[in-house]
Amino acid sequence: MNFVFDPSWLPKLAQGLSLTLQLTAYCMALGAGLGLLLGLLRVYGGGRFSPLYWLASAYVHFFRGTPLLVQLLTIYFGLPSVGIVLGPFQAGLLAMTLNTAAYQAEYFRGAIQSVKAGQMLAARAVGMSRPQAVRHVILPQALRLVIPPWSNELIYMLKYSSIVSMTALRPETWDLFGVGRQIASRNFRYFEVYILVALFYLALVLLFTVALRWVEGRVRVPGLGTPGRGV
Amino acid sequence: MPLLRVEDLHKRYGHEEVLKGVSLTLEPGETKVVIGPSGTGKSTLLRCINRLTEPDRGRVWLGDLEVTARGADLNKIRAQIGFVFQDFNLFTHLTALDNVRLGLLKVRRMGRREATERAMAELERVGLKAKASAYPAQLSGGQQQRVSIARALAMDPKLILFDEPTSALDPELIGEVLSVMIELAREGMTMIVVTHEMGFARSVADEIVFMEGGVIVEQGPPEVLFRSPKVPRTGEFLRKISELYGEAG
Amino acid sequence: MDLETWAKVVPELPKLLQGLLVNVEILLGLISLGFVVGVGAALLEVYAPRPVGFLASAYTWFFRGVPEIVLLFLFYFGFDQFGIKISAFLAAVLALGFRSSAYQAQIFRGALLSIPAGQVMAARALGLSRLGAIRYVVLPQALRLSLAGWSNEFSSVLKDTTLAWGIGVVEVTRQASYIRATDFTLTLPLYLTVALLFLVLTYAGNFAIGMAEKRLRVPGLEGRR
Ligand SMILES: Nc1ncnc2c1ncn2[C@@H]1O[C@H](COP(=O)(O)OP(=O)(O)O)[C@@H](O)[C@H]1O
Ligand SMILES: [Mg+2]
Repeated sequence: MNFVFDPSWLPKLAQGLSLTLQLTAYCMALGAGLGLLLGLLRVYGGGRFSPLYWLASAYVHFFRGTPLLVQLLTIYFGLPSVGIVLGPFQAGLLAMTLNTAAYQAEYFRGAIQSVKAGQMLAARAVGMSRPQAVRHVILPQALRLVIPPWSNELIYMLKYSSIVSMTALRPETWDLFGVGRQIASRNFRYFEVYILVALFYLALVLLFTVALRWVEGRVRVPGLGTPGRGV
Repeated sequence: MPLLRVEDLHKRYGHEEVLKGVSLTLEPGETKVVIGPSGTGKSTLLRCINRLTEPDRGRVWLGDLEVTARGADLNKIRAQIGFVFQDFNLFTHLTALDNVRLGLLKVRRMGRREATERAMAELERVGLKAKASAYPAQLSGGQQQRVSIARALAMDPKLILFDEPTSALDPELIGEVLSVMIELAREGMTMIVVTHEMGFARSVADEIVFMEGGVIVEQGPPEVLFRSPKVPRTGEFLRKISELYGEAG
Repeated sequence: MDLETWAKVVPELPKLLQGLLVNVEILLGLISLGFVVGVGAALLEVYAPRPVGFLASAYTWFFRGVPEIVLLFLFYFGFDQFGIKISAFLAAVLALGFRSSAYQAQIFRGALLSIPAGQVMAARALGLSRLGAIRYVVLPQALRLSLAGWSNEFSSVLKDTTLAWGIGVVEVTRQASYIRATDFTLTLPLYLTVALLFLVLTYAGNFAIGMAEKRLRVPGLEGRR
C-alpha cells in the first residue's frame, strides 16, 4: 500500500476552494436577509391565520423538510421547463440560499422569542412603536443570541456547498470537491485526493469556528445568555 | 467488637486539608450524631467511610473487614453501608419502587418477585406504599427522602450514614423524615447522622460528635455535651445552632 | 406544468416508491450504525482515560467536519483503490453512518454530561460497580435526554440519504432522473413529487419519534430542544 501525493494538486484545489468560499459566503449573506425576514414574519406577521405568517411557515416547512439535493435538481433541471435557465453556479447558489434561509429563519425566530417579554413591554413603555422596539431593543439582543446556531449553519453550508458541482460539467464551476473529484479520477488516486480534500474542509471548519467564537466574544453583553450552546 | 472503626483519617483537596486525623468507633445499635459548622469536612468524613471519596491516609474497618485495605471488594462493602444524601439523589428515571428495587436486583441479585416484595415492604415501612409507582419528580422532598431511606434499608445494611438528611427540606416536611429515623434508632439500627436538628440529637443520639476544622473537637453523650462541654467552642456552637434551628424536631 | 403532465407522473409512482424504499434502507442502516458507534464514542469521550477519549474526540471531529459527499466518494472509490470492493449501497451506509455517529456522539455526550454527579454517587453507594452505575442509571437517563436531539438528527440524515445518488445508488432521486430521461417534460413535476415524498416521510418520522418520546417520558427528566 503506497501513497501518492503530487504538489501540483494544491493550486488546483485552492482554485476550487475559492469557489467554495464564494458559494458559502453569498448563500449565508443572502440567506441571512431572507431568513431574518421570514423569522420576523413568523413572530410578528400576525396570528396563525394571517397569510404572511402562513406563507412564511409553509416556506420554512417545505425547505427544511426536503433534501437540498432535490431542491438543487429541481432548480437546475426543472426550472428550464418554465423558462428559467440557470447555470450550475447560479442554480447552486439559489438552492443553497433558499435552503439556508429556511433554517436561519428558525434560528432568528428562536432567538427573537427567547428575548424576555418584559423587554418589549419596557420599550413600549418608553414610547417606542412596535417596529421601533423590534429594531432597537429586540433585534440587538436576538442577533447576539443567534450567533452560535448561525455558526453551526455556516459550517453546514460550507460542507453542503460540495453538492453544487454534482451538476457542473465545466471546470470553471467546480468547487473544492469538484476539483478533487477531477484530480482523483484523472490519477486514479481516490483515497489520497479525497483525504486531502477532507483536510481542506476540516481546516476551513476550524478557521470558521475560531473566527466565530471570537466574534461571539467581541459582541458579548454580560447577562445575555447564549441558548443553543452547551446542552 | 465495634461495628465501625475509623482511625486517623486524612483528606486533602489541593492545598486545603479537610480531614486532619479523625478517629471514631461505633458499637452495634449505636447512633452517633455529627455536628459542626459547614465546610468542616463532615460530608467528606462520611464519604471516606465507604470510600465514595478516597481518603489520603487512615484506616476504616467494618467489623473485622478492613474497608481501606488494598483490593477490598468495595461494591460488596458499600452494599452493607446505607447512605442517605442531603439532596436525596433518587434515580430520576425510576419510580419509587424501582429506586428501592435496583440495588436488590443488580447488586444483591435477588429474583424479581422477591425484590418487589422486599421493596414494597420497605416502602410501607417509611409510609409510602401508596406512592410506589410515582417518579421522584412527583414526590415532595420529604417523600423523596423517605424513599431514599427505604432504598438504603432494603439492602439490609449493617450501618446507615445520613448526610444532613433534612437540610434540603421545607420546615414542615422535616418531621416526617425525622420520625422515620427515630423509629430506626429505636429498632436498633446503627447510624451516623450529620444534622443540625438538635431535638433529634438530644433524644436519639447515644453520642454527639462536634467537628470543626477537620478534627473532632469533642464528643460525648448529649446530656454531657449540652450541659457541660469541656471545650468552650462546643458550647458556643451548640448555642448558636439552637438559636438558628430551634430545639424542635 | 399543466394537470396533464402531472397525471403522467402517477404511473411512475411505483418506481419512485421503490427508490424511496432504498433511501429508507440506507436510513435504517446508517442510523443503527451511527447509534452504536455514536454512543460508544460518547461513552469513551466522557469516561475513558485521556488518550482514548482524545482519540474518540478526534474521530467525531473528523466526521463532523467533512462533507457527506466527500465521505461517500472516499468510502466508495477510496477503498476500491486498495482492492476492497464494497457496493455503493454499503459505502453509503458506512460513510453516512460514521458521519451520523459523530453527530449522535455529540448529542449523547451532552446528555451524559448533564446528568448530575449525585446520580452516579448514589448508585455507587448502593454497591453498583462503575459499569453498573453507567448501565442502569446513567445510560437510561442519557438516552431519554437525547431523544429531542435525535429527532433532529433523524430528519437531517433522512434527507442526506439522497446524496447516495452521487455514487450511483439507485435511490429515489436517481429513479427520478431515469424516468426524466424518458420524458423531459416530466422533470419539474417529478422532482416536486420526490420533494413531497420527503415531506411526508419527515413528518411521519417525527410523529413516530414524538410518540416514542411521549411513551418514554419520565416526569422530571425532559430533554431540552
Ligand atoms: N470534591 C471536592 N473537591 C474539592 N474540594 C472539596 C470537595 N469536596 C469537598 N471539598 C471541600 O472540602 C471542605 C469540606 O467539605 P465538606 O466535607 O462538604 O464539609 P461539610 O459537610 O462539613 O460542610 C469544603 O471546604 C469543601 O469546599
Ligand atoms: Mg456537608
